[in-house]
Amino acid sequence: MRKKVIFRGVALPYLLLAPQLVITAIFFFWPAGMAIWQSTLRQDAFGLRTEFVALENFLDLFSDPLYLNAAWNTVLFSSAVAALALGAALFLAVQADKHIRGAGLYKTMLIWPYAVAPALAAVLWLFIFHPSIGLVGRGFAAIGIDWDYRLNGGQAMTMVIVAAAWKQVSYNFIFFLAGLQSIPTSVLEAAAIDGARPMRRFWTVVFPLLSPTAFFLLVVNLVYAFFDTFGIIHALTRGGPGNATETLIYKVYVDGVQNLNLGSSAAQSVILMVIVIALTAVQFRFIERRVHY
Amino acid sequence: MASLDIQGVQKSFGATRVLHGIDLAIADGEMIVVVGASGCGKSTLLRIVAGLETPSAGKVLIEGRDVTPLEPADRDIAMVFQTYALYPHMSVFDNMAYGLKIRGLPKAEIAARVQEAADLLSIGQLLQRKPRQLSGGQRQRVAMGRAIVRHPKLFLFDEPLSNLDAKLRVQMRAEIRRLQKRLKVTSLFVTHDQVEAMTLGDRLVVMHEGRAAQVGTPMEVWSRPADTYVASFIGSPAMNLLPATLAEGGAAARLAGGALWRFADGPRAGGEGMAVTLGIRPEHMLPDGAEGLALSVELAEPMGSETVLHGILPDGTALTARVPGVLAAERVTLAPDLAALHVFDAASGRRIDPA
Repeated sequence: MRKKVIFRGVALPYLLLAPQLVITAIFFFWPAGMAIWQSTLRQDAFGLRTEFVALENFLDLFSDPLYLNAAWNTVLFSSAVAALALGAALFLAVQADKHIRGAGLYKTMLIWPYAVAPALAAVLWLFIFHPSIGLVGRGFAAIGIDWDYRLNGGQAMTMVIVAAAWKQVSYNFIFFLAGLQSIPTSVLEAAAIDGARPMRRFWTVVFPLLSPTAFFLLVVNLVYAFFDTFGIIHALTRGGPGNATETLIYKVYVDGVQNLNLGSSAAQSVILMVIVIALTAVQFRFIERRVHY
Repeated sequence: MASLDIQGVQKSFGATRVLHGIDLAIADGEMIVVVGASGCGKSTLLRIVAGLETPSAGKVLIEGRDVTPLEPADRDIAMVFQTYALYPHMSVFDNMAYGLKIRGLPKAEIAARVQEAADLLSIGQLLQRKPRQLSGGQRQRVAMGRAIVRHPKLFLFDEPLSNLDAKLRVQMRAEIRRLQKRLKVTSLFVTHDQVEAMTLGDRLVVMHEGRAAQVGTPMEVWSRPADTYVASFIGSPAMNLLPATLAEGGAAARLAGGALWRFADGPRAGGEGMAVTLGIRPEHMLPDGAEGLALSVELAEPMGSETVLHGILPDGTALTARVPGVLAAERVTLAPDLAALHVFDAASGRRIDPA
């Protein structure tokens, strides 16, 4: 039962809402509006003249091979990060849910990476994978793998995926663990008595009961991979080598801040904005439906 | 359908011993009720039989085969849980079919078996529903159905009725008993409710602090309780336990208040003045105009056909009596039906039979 408070008049409710509305307006609606407006403008190279070009910035983007390359990179990067982060977190959560010695310590340690700033995480991975000073980088060289992410685009992509996924595992782990712990023990025992072996129990009982959690996390992970991985890419590869690790969000930065092509950059942010709105809408729609209890 | 033998089963959790060696032989088709207060180890015993817990010592045999090292899946048993433990994401049909699918039965046979069990439990119209759309009683039936379709060797019930309201509980109790008799499946039923225990079981196991205090038919346990714990646990309201000493060479006992009760069934062994506990059920304290114990009534509970009186004797001992009809008085004189008197050793609590 929700408690409803009825205010007399309108002044007090608006006053109470004002701080949140002001913050939303200044930090969300205003920049978003500016981005939409700017995405329809084009400046000359010296910033002297600005003209209205309607949707031309968008049309240019869709025929720009570099933009399409960034879009493809983003699809590859996001799905790999989500798959890796979700898979690893689920595996770790299932292990942590067992009654093992030192489970408390294990859980605490697994949550730590979430507290590491993206740039620091990137530097950490840099030190691990660097071909001349990194432990793993040198290890690869020792076993004959020609490892240099500064030259090989595929290797660079692999590295940013691993680093970005690593950051997100903790978050997923907490949700999966909570989800596992909310499954009643007696249901699993009933399945055991019904003859299901551990693997079968996991796929026919545990996993379906976790699916609302998994779906929620999938959306969160995609949003993370789309929008929050700028720091990692910037610190590790700067989008390179070539444009091998340039994702949509990174290209917004490159075109807007480095190339000062504000119109195109704004158009790209508008596209990203549409994507995140769509993802959130999907999440809200499905999360309601797929709850089992 | 099979016999079940529990041999010297012990269980410790760390330093705490919850089962001190339980021995029990259950015949094919028998229904045994394990009853006891919470924490007596009855659920642990059931879980050991199910294979959900490993005994610290002892063996469990189903149909003469030692199943102690086997997983629950390999024991061919079915269990009904207190919380029903239905799979929340599966329909009623899938809940019941789950165990059969795992065993790889053909689709047609699964459907036939589920339908048969559903008809037996009259839940045929619910097969497409999800557990969350069912009432408590319906969930209980589905849980039973899930056990029945498997045609297991053994049914295990872990307090399956305690989450139901009183009326439904009585109804399901009768239904479980009917089903069990019809299917003739060996069953182990755990409960803390002594009425369930009395009405359901072919035999009872009264557990107390990790030991089987008494094993016997409901009437044996009721009429000849093995010790003061069983005496006070079985029967409602509980049996009165009165301190007394042996008198007249063991042929009678003298209550703390001075009254002398002569044993109707013969003298007890033991010296004059040995401390004993006399047990007398409330319904065996009869109103008596002349000689008897004067009870000052503190509370009278009218039940309609009878009245339960709670009061104290002149020597300060509490006593409960169940008298026919309606009786509202501050003082009543009550005399025991001496043929229904139980005598226990005050020190050990064990029953003392006539020598």
